[in-house]
Amino acid sequence: MFALSSVLLPPRSLAEPSHSLTSIFSPESTPAKSIFDLSIFVLSITGIIFVVVFTLLVYSIFKFRANYANADREPAQVYGSNQIEMAWTIIPILIVVVLFLATARVIHAIQDAPEPAGAVQVTAIGHQYWWEFRYPKLGIVTANELHVPVSDPSHPTPTFLRLLSADTDHSFWIPELAGKTDLIPNHPNRMWMDPYHTGIFLGQCAQYCGTQHAKMLLRVSVDSPQDFAAWVRGQQQLAVQDPSVMTGRQVFEHTACINCHTVSGTPADGRFGPDLTHLMSRTTIAAGAAENTPENLRLWIQNPDGIKPGSLMPAMKLSDADVDAVVNYMKTLR
Amino acid sequence: MSSNVITIQGLEVQEKPWVDTLHEWVTTVDHKRLGILYIVYALVFLLFGGIEAIVIRIQLMHSHNNFVSPQVFNRMFTMHGTTMIFFVAMPILFGFANYLVPLMIGARDMAFPRLNAFSFWLSALGGFLLYFSVVGANGLYGAGDAPDVGWWAYAPLTARAFSPGHSTDYWTLALLVSGFGSIGTAINIIATVLCLRCPGMKLSRMPLLVWLNLVMAGMVLIAITPLSAAQIMLLIDRYLGGHFFDAQAGGSAVLWMHFFWIFGHPEVYVLIIPCFAFMSEIIPVFSRKPIFGYPVMVAATVCIGFVSLSVWAHHMFTVGMNSYANSFFTITTMAVGVPTGIKIFNWIGTMWGGRIQFRTPMLFCIGFLFQFLIAGLTGIMMAAAPFDWQLSLSYFVVAHFHYVIVGGILFALFAAFYYWYPKITGRMLSERLGKWHFWLFLIGFHLTFDVMHIPGLLGMPRRIYTYEPGRGWDTLNLIVSIGAFIQAIAILVFVWNLISSYFNGAKAGNDPWDAWTLEWSTSSPPPAYNFATVPVVASRRPLWDLKHPEDPDNLYE
Amino acid sequence: MSAAATSVVEIPQAWTLLYRGKVAMACLIIAESAIFTIFLVAYLFYLGKSLTGPTPREVLETPIFFTICLLSSSITVHFAGKSLERNNRPAFLALWSLTIILGGLFLFGTGREWHRLIYEHGLTISTNLFGTTYYSLVGLHAFHVSAGLIMLTVVLICGLAGRVHDDQARRVDVLALYWHFVDAVWVVVFTVVYIVGR
Repeated sequence: MFALSSVLLPPRSLAEPSHSLTSIFSPESTPAKSIFDLSIFVLSITGIIFVVVFTLLVYSIFKFRANYANADREPAQVYGSNQIEMAWTIIPILIVVVLFLATARVIHAIQDAPEPAGAVQVTAIGHQYWWEFRYPKLGIVTANELHVPVSDPSHPTPTFLRLLSADTDHSFWIPELAGKTDLIPNHPNRMWMDPYHTGIFLGQCAQYCGTQHAKMLLRVSVDSPQDFAAWVRGQQQLAVQDPSVMTGRQVFEHTACINCHTVSGTPADGRFGPDLTHLMSRTTIAAGAAENTPENLRLWIQNPDGIKPGSLMPAMKLSDADVDAVVNYMKTLR
Repeated sequence: MSSNVITIQGLEVQEKPWVDTLHEWVTTVDHKRLGILYIVYALVFLLFGGIEAIVIRIQLMHSHNNFVSPQVFNRMFTMHGTTMIFFVAMPILFGFANYLVPLMIGARDMAFPRLNAFSFWLSALGGFLLYFSVVGANGLYGAGDAPDVGWWAYAPLTARAFSPGHSTDYWTLALLVSGFGSIGTAINIIATVLCLRCPGMKLSRMPLLVWLNLVMAGMVLIAITPLSAAQIMLLIDRYLGGHFFDAQAGGSAVLWMHFFWIFGHPEVYVLIIPCFAFMSEIIPVFSRKPIFGYPVMVAATVCIGFVSLSVWAHHMFTVGMNSYANSFFTITTMAVGVPTGIKIFNWIGTMWGGRIQFRTPMLFCIGFLFQFLIAGLTGIMMAAAPFDWQLSLSYFVVAHFHYVIVGGILFALFAAFYYWYPKITGRMLSERLGKWHFWLFLIGFHLTFDVMHIPGLLGMPRRIYTYEPGRGWDTLNLIVSIGAFIQAIAILVFVWNLISSYFNGAKAGNDPWDAWTLEWSTSSPPPAYNFATVPVVASRRPLWDLKHPEDPDNLYE
Repeated sequence: MSAAATSVVEIPQAWTLLYRGKVAMACLIIAESAIFTIFLVAYLFYLGKSLTGPTPREVLETPIFFTICLLSSSITVHFAGKSLERNNRPAFLALWSLTIILGGLFLFGTGREWHRLIYEHGLTISTNLFGTTYYSLVGLHAFHVSAGLIMLTVVLICGLAGRVHDDQARRVDVLALYWHFVDAVWVVVFTVVYIVGR
C-alpha cells in the first residue's frame, strides 16, 4: 500500500521548478484540486460498496458451499423477497442522489467559473502533431511549450485557454493542472488553470489524432510573475537578426521552409508549422519528441521520420552544407 | 448433428463424403448449426483479435520500444477493437442465442430459418471485408491498408483529407454489412420469442435467458441502426462530396460523436445482457435454487435497456458540452448502475442459502460477479464528469472496459461454454483442463487489468504507440504485458479442451447438470427437430416440476 | 425423454400467439425508424448552418400533389388488403395496381423536383449542408419507396398469375404495413423539410 502510494503520490519539491510526473492525484491548480477532492469522495463511497458486496459474495461462497453433509438434499427453494428488493433498490438510489449532487457542484464550479480581470488569455490550436499557442492580448505566437504565470490565491492570475483545432480532434491534458478538454475543429472550447507553484508540468494530447498522436507532448512552464514578464518581453521581440548566419537564413528563405514556418520580421510567414521566431527559447523540438540540441535539429530537418515517423514535416533533402547553415541560423533564434 | 454414415439396405456402409457434410453446413437453416457456425466464426476472430492485442502489448512493454511502427500500431488497436466487438462478441452471443432460445421455449427452430442463415452469412461477409482491407486497401501513396482510425472512427480523421485510400471504407462497409446481419438476427429472435413459445409458456414463465435475449434484440434494433445511419453519412461525405462532418463547410465533428455513441453505449449493454442471461441460468443450477427475484430481474433488465439509451454522452464528457448537459449525463449514467447493481444482489441472493457446487461453469460465474462488481464501480467513478475529465481517454478507461468485456463478458462466455458444450456436442469438457484454464486466466486477467488502471491514474493516454520514460509507466506496462501472455496461454488450454473433449470427453447424457429448463429434456446433441413432441409447461422450471412432482414450482411463482 | 416435460400439466385451451410476419415487420419498422430519426436529427441540427448556397426557403416548393398521391396510396393498399380478405380478387388487383401507380407518381414527382433543384438552382448533395442533408433524407425515403414499389410489383405479378388468394391476406397485410410505414415517414419528412425547415 505504501509502495503504491509512493508511485501515485510522488514527493514534490516546492522551492524550485522540478521535473514533475503526471499523476492525477498531485493536483497543483484549482480545477485539478476540485477534481481530486471529488475523486476522494467518490472513491470512498465506491470503496465502501465494494467492501460490503465483496464480503457478502465471499461469505456466501464459503458458507453455502456443497459438502458431504448436505450433498443429497436440495436446499430451500426461495423465490425472492419484496422487502429485500426494496432495500437494495432504495439504498443505491440514495447513494446515486448524494453522488450526483456532489458531482454537479464541481461541474458548475469548474465549467462556469467566471474569467477574472487579471487572467492571462491563451488561444491553443491543435495541429497534427503539434500545439500552437497564441497570446492575443500580448501579441505572442509560440508552439508546444506554454508559459503561464503562477497564480496567487489572494489576487489570482489564472490562465484561460480557448481551444481550437486546425485539423482533427485533439485533447489538452496536463493531469496536475486540470482535467482534459478536447480541441475540435469548428467547436471552440474553454478551459482554465491557476497553478499554485512554479515548475514544469507535463502532459500530452489525449484524443487520437493520427499517426503521431503519441508524440504530441505538452510542456507547461509555470513562472513567477517576474520570470513570466521577462519571457513575454522576450517573445514579443521580433526575430534576432544575426548577420553571421546570413547563409543559413538565405537557405531557409529560399527553400520551402517559409511556406510552413514563421520567423517574425522576415519574409517567412507560413502557418502550417510551428512559429520558429524564438525556437531557442524552447527546451524540446517536434512537440517534445526530442531535446532541442543542434544535433537533433539537424536530424529533424534532414529526416523528420527518423525522430517522429509520420509527422507532416517533409524531409527537406538539403545538402550537408545547407543543413549546417540552417541549423546555425536556427541557433540564433532566441 | 446428423450421422456421417450412409446406410442403404443390403449394401455396404459408407462414410458420407466430406463435400456433402460441408454442403449441409453451408446451406443449413437449422438454428443449432447456425449457432455453432456463429460461435466457431467468433472463435477464429478471437484468435485474430488476440494476436492484435499481443502485438500491442509487446510494443508497449517498454517506453520508446520499436517492435512495430506507429502506422502498424495504430492499425493494430483499430482492428483489435473493431474485431473484438463486431466479429467476436456480437457473433458469439448471437450464436448462443440462436442455439438456446428455440430449445428453451420448446420450439423447433427460429421464426425465420432462412433469414437466420442470411443474417449469419452477412455478418461473416463483414468480417471477411474488414480483414480483406489488410491486402486490398492500398490507396494514394500506399496510405491505405487496414483501418487505423480507431474503432470509433471519429470525424474528421475519417475524412478523405486525413484518411486517403480505402482503409476507412473497409471499416465502414464491413460494419454496415454485418450491422444488417445483426438486425436480421434481432428481428428473428423477437419474432421467435413472441410467436413460437410452446403451450403454457406465458411470457412470465420464460427462462431468463429468453427474456434477456428478447431485451437485447430489441436494443439491437434501435442501437445498431444509428451507427448504420452515421456510416451512410460518412460514405456520402467521402464519396459524394457531402458535408455531414466537414468542419470547413460548417459540419460538426461532435455530431459524429453523438451518433456513434448513441449506438456505442447501448451496444455494450447489448453485449452484457446476454451474459447476464448466462449468469441467470447457470448460477441457480449450481446453487441448487431458483433465481432470486425473477420478476425483479426482468424489470431491472428492461429498465437497463431503456436507461442505457440516455447515457451515451458520458463518452463525450471532455468534448465541451455545457455544464447542464454534463450533469444530465452524469445522473443518467449513475442511475443505470442501480438496476445493474440490483442484478448483482439477486445473483448473490440466489447463492445465499444454496448448496454451491464449484464446477468449472460456477467458477467462471463467481469470477464474473467479482469482476463485474469492480467494473461497475469504476464505471460509477467515471460517471462523475469532473473525475472523468481526468480518467477519460486514459488507460483507466481501457482498464475499465476490458474489465467488463474480459472480466465480465468473456468469463460469462466461458461459463456458458462449459455449461452448454455437453448439450451441443454430447460430451463433457474436461474439469481438470477447465480448472487450469480458469486459474491461469484469472491470474493473467488480474495481472493485466488490475494493474492497467494505474498508468491511467498516472496520466497515460490511450492509443499511443509509445510513451516517454520517467513518467512511472514503464514497469506497470511490463506487468500488464506479462499478464496478457498468461491469458493467451490460458486461451490455448481452453481451445485444447474444446478440441480434445469433442473426441475424448465423457458422454454427457441429456441432463448432466441436473438442470431445469427445456433444453435439458432432449438428447445431447438434440435431434434436428429438437423435441419429438412439443412440450407443454406450467412453470418457469418445467424439469424441476417433473423431478419434484410433490413440490412443483407453479405453486410458488 | 423429450415428451417428459408434459406429464402433470394442464393443456392450455387455445394457445395462439402473434403472427410472426407482423411481428417481424414491426421490428423492421422500429429499426428503420431509428435510421430515419438520425437523418432527421442531422437535418434539423444543420438548419440555418450552411455557410453558402441556396437556403430551403429560396428553392423548395411544397410537393402537395405528390404527397396526396403517396398518402392516398395508403388508403388504396388498405382497401386492397380488405378485398383480398373477402377473396375479391379483381378488386384486390385493381386497388393494388392503383397503389403502385400512386407510389410511382410520387417517385416521379421527387425526381422532377430534384431535376429542378439541380439544374435550375444548382443545389446538389455537395453544395452545402442543406444540400447534403436534404438529398440524404429525401433520398433515403425515396429509396424505401422504390424498394416498396418493387415488392408491390412482385405481388402484383403473382396476383395477375392467379396465385394470390385470401389465405395469403396475412402476408399481403405485412407488406401493406411496410407501405403504411413509408407513408408515415413521409408525413414526418414533409413536415420537417417543407414546413418546419422553411
